[in-house]
Amino acid sequence: MKKKQMATVISQEKLIDGVYSMWIKTDGIAREAHAGQFISIYTKDKSRLLPRPISLCQIDKKEDRLRIVYRVAGAGTKEFSNYQAGESIAILGPLGNGYTIDPSKPVVLVAGGIGVPPIVEAAKTAKECGAKITIVLGYRDQNTFLLEELKEYGKVVVATDDGSLGVHGTVIDAMEENKIQEGVIYACGPTPMLKGLQAYAEKYRMESYLSLEERMACGIGACLACVVNSTEVDHHSYVKNKRICTDGPVFSGREIEF
Amino acid sequence: MNTSVKIAGVTLKNPIMVASGTFGSGAEYSEFVDLNRLGAVVTKGVANVPWPGNPTPRITEVYGGMLNAIGLQNPGIDVFIQRDLENLKNYETKVMVNVCGHSIPEYVEVVERLADTNADLLEINISCPNVTKGGITFGTVPSVAEEVTREVKKVAKQPVIMKLSPNVTSIAEMAKAVEAGGADGVSLINTLTGMQIDIDRRKFALANKTGGMSGPAVKPIAVRMVYEAAHAVKIPVIGMGGISTGRDAIEFMMAGATAVSIGTANFINPYATVEAVEEIEVFMKEHGIEDINEIIGCVE
Repeated sequence: MKKKQMATVISQEKLIDGVYSMWIKTDGIAREAHAGQFISIYTKDKSRLLPRPISLCQIDKKEDRLRIVYRVAGAGTKEFSNYQAGESIAILGPLGNGYTIDPSKPVVLVAGGIGVPPIVEAAKTAKECGAKITIVLGYRDQNTFLLEELKEYGKVVVATDDGSLGVHGTVIDAMEENKIQEGVIYACGPTPMLKGLQAYAEKYRMESYLSLEERMACGIGACLACVVNSTEVDHHSYVKNKRICTDGPVFSGREIEF
Repeated sequence: MNTSVKIAGVTLKNPIMVASGTFGSGAEYSEFVDLNRLGAVVTKGVANVPWPGNPTPRITEVYGGMLNAIGLQNPGIDVFIQRDLENLKNYETKVMVNVCGHSIPEYVEVVERLADTNADLLEINISCPNVTKGGITFGTVPSVAEEVTREVKKVAKQPVIMKLSPNVTSIAEMAKAVEAGGADGVSLINTLTGMQIDIDRRKFALANKTGGMSGPAVKPIAVRMVYEAAHAVKIPVIGMGGISTGRDAIEFMMAGATAVSIGTANFINPYATVEAVEEIEVFMKEHGIEDINEIIGCVE
């Protein structure tokens, strides 16, 4: 069940410039969470009201801990990056539907930039159920993060915007080059990348599950801020608007229109 | 100790309601709060047919508040009655249904459809800043607001509360106009029209360019307008605008509100409504207030 609670920062580490990793001890939220879900974190600065939705990078159910890896994008995430071990923070979660991994088909995990973190827990889940795993990661340049950790889970292909590491180009270019044309795509990243993957999946008749993001207020499906156009009239809105926070953030590539 | 208040003959167990659009139809928040504890649930605006709302981004944060331009996305009156009103039958709370439309016949159609339902009160939204047609025009010209009120009253089976816009020269004039049209109450304030520009990207923060501002930063404006409206009309005033706590609620009541709505605060704290109910009881005990009605408009 979703709840708002106080959690404790266990550790904070800078991975690269502007990207941080934080482990949090929760009171039951981690035990109920799974890959692809997110939590909302409240700032302590009361002039900033809305919680920041951040995807879960790792879930340690046994110890009731969560790891988030996030980019400092504004004043809210800047505040988070200053938290130290022992600090108490308010969080809401677990939120969203998350990934449902089908282990009977090859698992193709694709992520770009700050979309990489949720792929870690998805890779762990896929490995636990014995799936064949290929991981495709896109970064701006050779300043990567989580890359070494992801190598534990399967074959990793890298693309960089500037060509300083791996394939020079996008994750789609890397997939074409490596002929990754079978299995189910589970992805997270910027909208243009997801749009490209939707088309890629269509081209090779692959299934795709894409994790979207949008500005949110409530995070629980009430405010209707974070909607995405759906191909069919859905059974909540009746107007082809799915709620990313509640109906998603993970959608089949077939059910949404960018 | 009495915390119950009366709005146009409808008794609420306490003065805490929710602001339309911030609480869905209660279902999502029922995971966090016991809806039975609320004076009333106020539902998201509903029209005669489904409305798709505005493109995204639909919200953005501002200092001490937020801007929204959802655009009154709603599933239409048919689904609303079958699903949302039906679900609210499971709770011992009053239901105020917020009604929106692009034209007088559209408002009238929705109000007619609600006649034989479990809606206890109707809130007519003539003040949404995020729909281009209807909404805001009805809420900014006194004679038009009066006309909408009169037409809706002709068919309404429940008391009619007119929701007023703060984007006017005189809130008192607007309140008087709807009172003259036969309104049973007024609720205010709806959001203040605002704008935010993302200077790094040279773009508007909202796809709709403008949005309605809400949150703690608007509270002093709302308190002032509730005070002015309460002094201009005899019908009850439901106050809202930046209320986050029980103490905020008390402030609005002292300014003249009979009941209050908690809105944006639900996004910040999903337990805000029930916590406010509890805080009001504590305040009453601390100040030896026997009946909450004593404080309504007590500050002259």
